[in-house]
Amino acid sequence: MTEGRDRTKDIWGARTPYDPGTPWPARADAHLAPGVAEDDVERWVPSASLLHSNGDAMDIAVRDGRIVGVRGRTEDRVNRGRLGPKDLYGWQANGSPDRLTRPLVRRDGHLEECDWDTAMDQVAGRSRELLEQRGPGAIGFYTTGQLFLEEYYTLAVLARAGIGTNHLDGNTRLCTATAAEALKESFGCDGQPGSYEDIDHADVIALFGHNMAETQTVLWTRVLDRLAGARPPRLVCVDPRYTLVAQQAEVHLAPRPGTNVALLDALLHEIIRRDLIDQEYIETHTVGFDDLAAAVAPCTPRWAAGICDVTPAAIERAAELLGTAERLTSTVLQGVYQSHQATAAAVQVNNLHLIRGMLGRPGCGLLQMNGQPSAQNTRECGADGDLPGFRNWQNDDHVADLARVWNVRPQDIPHHAPPTHAMQIFRYAEQGSIRMLWITGTNPAVSLPELSRIRSILAQERLFVVVQDLFLTETAQLADVVLPAATWGEKTGVLTNADRTVHLSEKAVEPPGEARADLDIFLDYAARMDFRDKDGGPLISWHDPESAFAAWQRCSAGRPCDYTGLSHDRLRRADSGIQWPCTEEAPDGTARLYTDGITFADPDTCESYGKDLVTGASTEVVEYRSLNPDGKAVLRAAEYLPPHEDTSPEYPVQLITGRTVHHFHTRTKTGRAPELNAAAPDVWAEMSPTEAAHQGLSDGDLVQVGTPRGAVRARLRTTAMRDGVVFVPFHYGYWDTPEGHRPPEGSAGRAANEGTITDWDPVSKQPLFKTCAARVTLVARRATPPVRERTDADADAGSRS
Amino acid sequence: MNGIAHTLRALHDGERALERDLRATAERHRTDHEVHHVASDLARWSRRHSALLAETGRHYGLDLDGPKDDPSPGALAALREKAADALGRRPGAGLLLLQDLCDLHLAASRNSLHWEMLAQAAQVTRDERLLDLAGDCHPRTLRQMRWTNTLIEELSPQLLTSA
Ligand code: SF4
Repeated sequence: MTEGRDRTKDIWGARTPYDPGTPWPARADAHLAPGVAEDDVERWVPSASLLHSNGDAMDIAVRDGRIVGVRGRTEDRVNRGRLGPKDLYGWQANGSPDRLTRPLVRRDGHLEECDWDTAMDQVAGRSRELLEQRGPGAIGFYTTGQLFLEEYYTLAVLARAGIGTNHLDGNTRLCTATAAEALKESFGCDGQPGSYEDIDHADVIALFGHNMAETQTVLWTRVLDRLAGARPPRLVCVDPRYTLVAQQAEVHLAPRPGTNVALLDALLHEIIRRDLIDQEYIETHTVGFDDLAAAVAPCTPRWAAGICDVTPAAIERAAELLGTAERLTSTVLQGVYQSHQATAAAVQVNNLHLIRGMLGRPGCGLLQMNGQPSAQNTRECGADGDLPGFRNWQNDDHVADLARVWNVRPQDIPHHAPPTHAMQIFRYAEQGSIRMLWITGTNPAVSLPELSRIRSILAQERLFVVVQDLFLTETAQLADVVLPAATWGEKTGVLTNADRTVHLSEKAVEPPGEARADLDIFLDYAARMDFRDKDGGPLISWHDPESAFAAWQRCSAGRPCDYTGLSHDRLRRADSGIQWPCTEEAPDGTARLYTDGITFADPDTCESYGKDLVTGASTEVVEYRSLNPDGKAVLRAAEYLPPHEDTSPEYPVQLITGRTVHHFHTRTKTGRAPELNAAAPDVWAEMSPTEAAHQGLSDGDLVQVGTPRGAVRARLRTTAMRDGVVFVPFHYGYWDTPEGHRPPEGSAGRAANEGTITDWDPVSKQPLFKTCAARVTLVARRATPPVRERTDADADAGSRS
Repeated sequence: MNGIAHTLRALHDGERALERDLRATAERHRTDHEVHHVASDLARWSRRHSALLAETGRHYGLDLDGPKDDPSPGALAALREKAADALGRRPGAGLLLLQDLCDLHLAASRNSLHWEMLAQAAQVTRDERLLDLAGDCHPRTLRQMRWTNTLIEELSPQLLTSA
């Protein structure tokens, strides 16, 4: 039990050391509201975390119709009872007094309360008008990484087959689009090859741009427990900051932001040069090795050292560890995904595992991580830039199959081009070809790059904006219609984490006021729009989470993410989450993919034929067939390109932004949990002491971090990281400031994205938050005494998620 | 001038022109951010090609200039950028973009055909130097073409049908 301990400071809790190959011991974490004892709890309702992607299983404590706490589920395979600070405290946001309880519509420039009929009639009315006058391309949807599977699937069906628009994407675009794309490039299909249990077996764990200590605190606890046990794994850390992960690492590489590809090419160069590769695995399971070897032949550690500003010896040392590991587990996150050449770099980590034959066995894990709790579900269900069930939009048979599942004609499913990605949706809105944008559960007015641009797009008169959320977020304040939604604990559904573990999260309490489950809102809309299948029956025939799940099962059948062996009932009866694919043949789920070689890359099965790693141009089927007729894994080489925006005398440092331990997404919930808010109430900026001195600054000064696009004002914390870099945590916004949705008139803001660059990876279309040029200037000297008390986590300086 | 020298010159001029056009497109469509950034990256490829062609040309009695000294866009570009920002909100910008992409595609195809001719001539004359050059550069030209093609495929449905 963690009651009584302040887990915002004691972030990872007590150690339970364990030895390689043995199960991770359980540890029961719980937190109940003050004054509530365990005996006072009337019901414990099973659920899983919705505040990060780890998928920690927990029970929600209910008393008098209210949530009064949570406890971890010790039997669950993911967390074995542990919970992180966000889980322990975050649930309080549900009961926040400023929850939206009634729909709002804009009248004479102001949002006013109304009833559901009025609001939904406006949404349906505008949709019909636009469909008639401008066609389906005038309507776009932008969703989140925090809905349940049933909701994403319903949204995907109504947008793609109901409206017939190609413009449907999720906030997962910012988060894990690169994970998905990298997996598709190498394995022909999305879906994590490994399992979190690989941490229990690995002898080397490499973390690429992944500050696990803050982004996945419970997974990091697992690593800490291994480090405390016998024969601990050795860690390799790639991060420009001296994070807690870096402190535990045997080798820490702190490359210059924007140079990951050069670094990874050099690591591959060394491993190939020293013949530390698994020739047999390469021959049996991959294509493209010769091209890869030729491409990295000139990429010596010395060459990379010049680009990355890391010593050749450190690169050689890292290559030695990676190259001699017997059970290598690697994780990749935003330090790679949100950086220059994101997919190209992430693919090189796949290459590393492929040429070393480190797949499909315990401890040989490859974890292209997720940031958001149900990001995996957006990808499976096709609520982001993919077709449902990992179907390939370039493959007519896949489209025909989907049309069969939905009972529509193939031409009713837009597949003339890949589904439009989020940044392009906003571009179309900016240009005026998208006239209605329906935003569910996310907050682009804080989370997207270059915020003044995003605010001006959302504020356009000609754009009809619908926002469906829990609170009057920065984005909701710019909306024409606001729909109050229910959330975690107030509705039932399934969510799947980064290692393919599916959990059922059950309704524990009623939502406040007239707030409704997102699923009910989508179903209401579908009914008002009267979407029909090709025989005139209703396109969407399900009516609740359970029947929506059943519909999804039919769609997933036979595809890699096959859910046919699962049901709400099966999940309810299971002690612990279950990993897909789960079928009649694999009723207990599947721990690891690719145990007998690569299985989804076959030209007829694969989700994508791949893209050019520099230009993003799509490969055609003919080309893919000749490259990879037998459906093996594809080793794709990538050349290093210099970052698009570099430092200059005017903007001498590189700005990187990222997630830290106490907040999630745009603080919509975590900012309303008292303990989490108190632990990190305002934005700050970090620099190395040397760099700060170089800029004439010192710890505690109020500084302005400016870029060619905007500026943030923050207190400076000097901390260990590479020189030449400034770090600003996202996503602070404005809902808890007098301005509400924007910075004070004519002055700097607090949202890290005020200044970030509009640029994205051409392959995964994921925006880049780790490479732009900035200058840091003094606003006011520090007031003495020092402004704050440092916590453990601060000392390790946050993450790069 | 023999045929090979003639083709080398045509390619050199073609790659220089493509570099210039890619940079111009990048500036003109700054508000189409992916176009802006990728076109700038691909301009580098053409720049490298014209440098390699100038170097190779010497062995065939040619005195080619190679890339222009200063790839930075200059004063005219600043004007174009201003225009780009102002235009960025209008649907007309979309049509202009498609037109620019078509032109780039045609220019790259022309270069590609020249690379093909050069490689074929090199085959029969067993000219290793030329074979290596074409083998090094031609794939990148094809990637330039595939890029413009993909963008046209993805953008035209929206840009041509929205009023
Ligand atoms: S902070 Fe990063 S990883 Fe976390 S949800 Fe947002 S984008 Fe995803």
